[in-house]
Amino acid sequence: MTAPRFWRNIEQRYRLVGTECKTCNTAYFPPRNLCPDCRRDGDVVEKEFSGEGEVVSATVVHDAVGDYESETPYTLAIVELDGGARLTTQIVDDGREEGVEQGDRVEACFRRVSDQGDEGIVQYGTRFKPV
Amino acid sequence: MLRDVAIVGVGQTAFGEHWDRSFRDLFVTAGVRALEDAGVGGDEIDAMYGGNMSAGQFINQEHVAALIADYAGLASERVPATRVEAADASGGLAFRQSVLDVASGASDVVVASGVEKMTDLGSDETNDALAGSADREWEVFGGGNVAALYALMARTHMDRYGTTRRELSQVAVKNHENAAKNEYAQYQNEISAELVESTPYVSEPLRAFDCSPASDGAAAVVVVPAEEATEYVEDPVYVEATEQASDSLTVHDRRDVTTLDATKKAAERAYDESGVTPGDVDLAEIHDSYTVAEILAVEDLGFTEKGNGGEFVAEGRASVDGETPTNPSGGLKACGHPLGATGVRQIADATRQLRGEAGTQVEDASVAVTQNVGGTGGTAVVNVLSDRRSS
Repeated sequence: MTAPRFWRNIEQRYRLVGTECKTCNTAYFPPRNLCPDCRRDGDVVEKEFSGEGEVVSATVVHDAVGDYESETPYTLAIVELDGGARLTTQIVDDGREEGVEQGDRVEACFRRVSDQGDEGIVQYGTRFKPV
Repeated sequence: MLRDVAIVGVGQTAFGEHWDRSFRDLFVTAGVRALEDAGVGGDEIDAMYGGNMSAGQFINQEHVAALIADYAGLASERVPATRVEAADASGGLAFRQSVLDVASGASDVVVASGVEKMTDLGSDETNDALAGSADREWEVFGGGNVAALYALMARTHMDRYGTTRRELSQVAVKNHENAAKNEYAQYQNEISAELVESTPYVSEPLRAFDCSPASDGAAAVVVVPAEEATEYVEDPVYVEATEQASDSLTVHDRRDVTTLDATKKAAERAYDESGVTPGDVDLAEIHDSYTVAEILAVEDLGFTEKGNGGEFVAEGRASVDGETPTNPSGGLKACGHPLGATGVRQIADATRQLRGEAGTQVEDASVAVTQNVGGTGGTAVVNVLSDRRSS
């Protein structure tokens, strides 16, 4: 991860700011400049999500990529935010013996995600935990 | 299509861990075999398309189409060479671009090839390269990777439709059984469901033997106008349809987590174009990068209804003597999955079936479908091939 790429996404990583199309009332996270359904007829405005949502599907990851390998096993889920958009996130503080499953309520929390070694960029991001 | 197109030659390397062979050795071997099979000389070739996902990450080499043309002896003929990329659907796209090139009338003899050299890297770097087929910023940053995303699809399919862990295993068992007679397959050994279920978890519920392996390999096919096909060979295979569709790159933005709409749409268009129905299909080479992917594919290609894919395989309906045999070659699971090569390898295997010369041969095979998927389903290519020319 380079510094410019990291900084570009920093707002969405620190706050759950996405967009909503006023024409079709569909919410997106991360933000999209263009509504994929309405395209030029869309009316896209910023939308901040409350940070609460529901698990759509969950798995326990045993074999991960890059910095996440040291965190295995961990829970990964698709979460549908209250207000509509979906995202893919690690679930933290879920007491791994029980885990989470479809329908469980979760809420956003702020976490240190990786540090790319002693001199790398320390990355922070939004993760989710059971309510 | 503006003019009909036929396949007159196919060739491939064995798929597997070729420690002693380079990227260029692989595609030259496959290409020469395809040209020999077609009886075509290098000076007759008008264009070539090469499918390759990630030579940049795997061997630090870009501009591979020119490299392929050069080492295939086609650069001296000034043959235009184009690389196409759509993750592990790159080969399917290379084939489709080749067919469209001939169909348009721009070219008469075109070589479609696919190649990937994966085993120069260790498994961590390989998995990282694979993760590039998912959304790096919003799936991978969240902790995802391709296997984990397929695991999320599998979990929902199991919860919603009652698909069982044993049904996932049956996909791997069937494909290994089919590959036992495929001389090009990476794994020609049979395995049991118990063995699949004893391998470590990758992402629950998927285990190591639910995943296709990292492989080196290349495949190539030669396409020409259907009108002229019998001037090259006695038994051409006709391209009845070649279709492609897109979906959101992320799984979480899809209409349904258990459906690959890109496959569904490409298939609908291909059935429409060819006049073939799912019931007419004698065999299908499909993209089982993970066992669950084959279960989704038999549904999305219309061989069985949504939710029934696990039973369809477990009951033997997808076996070589079943109603719609899937992956008689052994599929990605047992043939191996050199990413960019797979879509072209599927065409080579379907062609061998329709010629009646496959290792695990489907009896009286006349109509074949191939389905090639990029990553978790952002791209899908579906082709319909036939041993007879319609219209």
